[in-house]
Amino acid sequence: MSAATPALRAERSPRRLGRFAWPAGYVAVILFLFFLYHSILPSLVKPVSAPVLAWLPVATINECLMWAILALGLNVVVGYAGLLDLGYVAFWALGGYTAGWLMAFPFNWEWDFHLFSPVRASTPGTHVNFWLVCIVAGVLCAILGLVIGAPTLRLRGDYLALVTLGFGEVITQFFRNSNNIGGANVANGDPGISSIDPIGTGPLGALGVAPKLLTNSAAGNVWKILVLGLLVGICIFISLRIREGRLGRAWLALREDELAASMMGVPLVRVKLLAYAVGAFFGGIGGVANASGITTAVSPSGFDFGKSVLVLLMVVLGGMGNVWGVTIGAFLLSWLNGNGLKQIGVQIDSLAGTNLEASLPRYNYVILGLLLVLMMLFRREGLIPESRTKALMQMPSRTEAESLGADSLEAEAETGAVEHADAAGDARIAASAVAMAGSGAGAGHATGGSARREEES
Amino acid sequence: MVYGIIELINFAHGDLFMLTTIVAAGLMVSVLGVGALTAVSILPLLLALVVCMAFGGFLNVSAEFLAYRRLRSAPKLAPLMTAVGLSFIFRGIAQQDYVNGSAQKNWPVTWGGPVIEGVFVYKLLMVLAVTIPLLLAMTYIVSRTKMGKAMRAVAQDQDGARLMGINVNGTISFVFGLGGALAGAAGVLYFLCQTQTYYDTGTQLGLIAFTAAVLGGIGNLTGAVVGGLSIGIVQAMNEGGAYGLGSNWSQSVVFIILIILMVFKPEGIFGRPTTEKV
Repeated sequence: MSAATPALRAERSPRRLGRFAWPAGYVAVILFLFFLYHSILPSLVKPVSAPVLAWLPVATINECLMWAILALGLNVVVGYAGLLDLGYVAFWALGGYTAGWLMAFPFNWEWDFHLFSPVRASTPGTHVNFWLVCIVAGVLCAILGLVIGAPTLRLRGDYLALVTLGFGEVITQFFRNSNNIGGANVANGDPGISSIDPIGTGPLGALGVAPKLLTNSAAGNVWKILVLGLLVGICIFISLRIREGRLGRAWLALREDELAASMMGVPLVRVKLLAYAVGAFFGGIGGVANASGITTAVSPSGFDFGKSVLVLLMVVLGGMGNVWGVTIGAFLLSWLNGNGLKQIGVQIDSLAGTNLEASLPRYNYVILGLLLVLMMLFRREGLIPESRTKALMQMPSRTEAESLGADSLEAEAETGAVEHADAAGDARIAASAVAMAGSGAGAGHATGGSARREEES
Repeated sequence: MVYGIIELINFAHGDLFMLTTIVAAGLMVSVLGVGALTAVSILPLLLALVVCMAFGGFLNVSAEFLAYRRLRSAPKLAPLMTAVGLSFIFRGIAQQDYVNGSAQKNWPVTWGGPVIEGVFVYKLLMVLAVTIPLLLAMTYIVSRTKMGKAMRAVAQDQDGARLMGINVNGTISFVFGLGGALAGAAGVLYFLCQTQTYYDTGTQLGLIAFTAAVLGGIGNLTGAVVGGLSIGIVQAMNEGGAYGLGSNWSQSVVFIILIILMVFKPEGIFGRPTTEKV
């Protein structure tokens, strides 16, 4: 792998010019959103601002940003390293509960502790600064990620999915029963922890520019766009940079062929564990952002299996492995789940005189499930696929088919993959097949398929 | 069952089961007006059994036809995600108010007949009377019939089976139908035992059932039965035993068993280890 590094560097150097392109673009988008809701919309006339506020309320934007953090975290595990994780909600929950432990009025113990907290010093309970809690939760979740990752190292595919799912359920059940863990009340059980501190604004609040505490009021929500946007930006930055580095390339190698990667000297154990740890770190931050910024309360009922699947759906919908695709997928789905379906219902109501406003959001599970099935059938690689993922998702996974002892499955599947390919690709393959003087149509397809794969990977 | 043949965890299976419990409940209570279950209610019971098995089989076959069939040559992630999507759809449908609602629904069904030491004799008899013939029929189908032979061949090697003139698609459809029908029968039994329906039952029980299957060894009928029994015993010990953690933790206990098993003996108690080929 180190031998390939100079070549990669040389290839990357022209792009260095555009190094600041995405951060600039991203900052522009977030600032635009902020000013849109902070100053532009309130000054506009009602007919203009009302539809915008109805279709895209500030609270929904914040939720979208929070989900984007989670989706980016899961993208590291599923998209980069190819480890299917169906229990991602565990990290989100632990992050949320860390916020509950460190930023709330105590539910069972009696001590006051303040650390750079924006709330008044006389408030009882533990109150730690939002950013510190983010780091603590991230580290805690990374450790939990290692704990979850360690026993699953030998598993792959379905078994891995199942065990991670099991872990997710165990963590949720732990919090559900947490009012009596060996007699101690750890996290208040079913009701959960409420009245978690909102995010503080520090110097901005002191100067009077922003509200001191970003509560769920209108003003607070607008400023939260900046805070959550910053968090998402950090996550995007880490995701992009880590992917270029040695670790990211090791993940991709692992995803594409675990055996080949280990033969090439990728330390499987370390790389897999790091994938879980990094993904979990993001999940923890997402949990704090949710608990402190969005709901101001955590309870076990919010952390069900459906949430894990929702995050996974965001990753799959956007395009596994592609940071921008995943971010867009997260925005789209959390918007649909939060506000979009209701608005679409309202729109259809006004056109057709039906009564869908209340009923359409009730079908969110059905619609999300349908979306997932349709995506898998017709656009498996996601909305904005990564070129490598696209090739991978169209091809069968070689090691798995062969480890089952069905080597010939591959040839058949490749023929199928060729049939799915675009017309130009078909023409190219046909040409190459003719050039190779393929004996029969089936053989021609098979050779064309493997040539095409070599080309793309 | 389905897993053994096409190597796919059917996440939607549990939710299919859940839907059939609702169908059974609706049919028996609302349509046929069964209130107290006595020897007289054997006819409605049979009718519900037939309808639910047909319903489960039909739903499973159509899911296979519409979705899984097209994904057979795709990487494993795709059918897995499709199954998760289907499970979401089933859950979503069950959550609608006119189907079951998102809360647990108790049906006005009581058990009649003699009671011996707190056990309803009819209930026990009915479960045995349905389960044993079904198990025998399954064993017969898998081990004796031509279709069973085709199923085993497809499980071993799809391409080999195709070359031998076996209709692979038809066989897999049949397996899905069979699996769905069994889920339907289980749905009726579950409803009659619990007399309540809930949209989340499927996921919970499906995971426990899968743990049982893994415990016994995948694709091994004896192993599945032994695994199911031992999971049941573990749960009972956990909930009722002196050193158990109580029913609040039953799911965690099952999953921790699953995880420990996966780590130390992934092939199950009766399974044989598979080696990985390059």
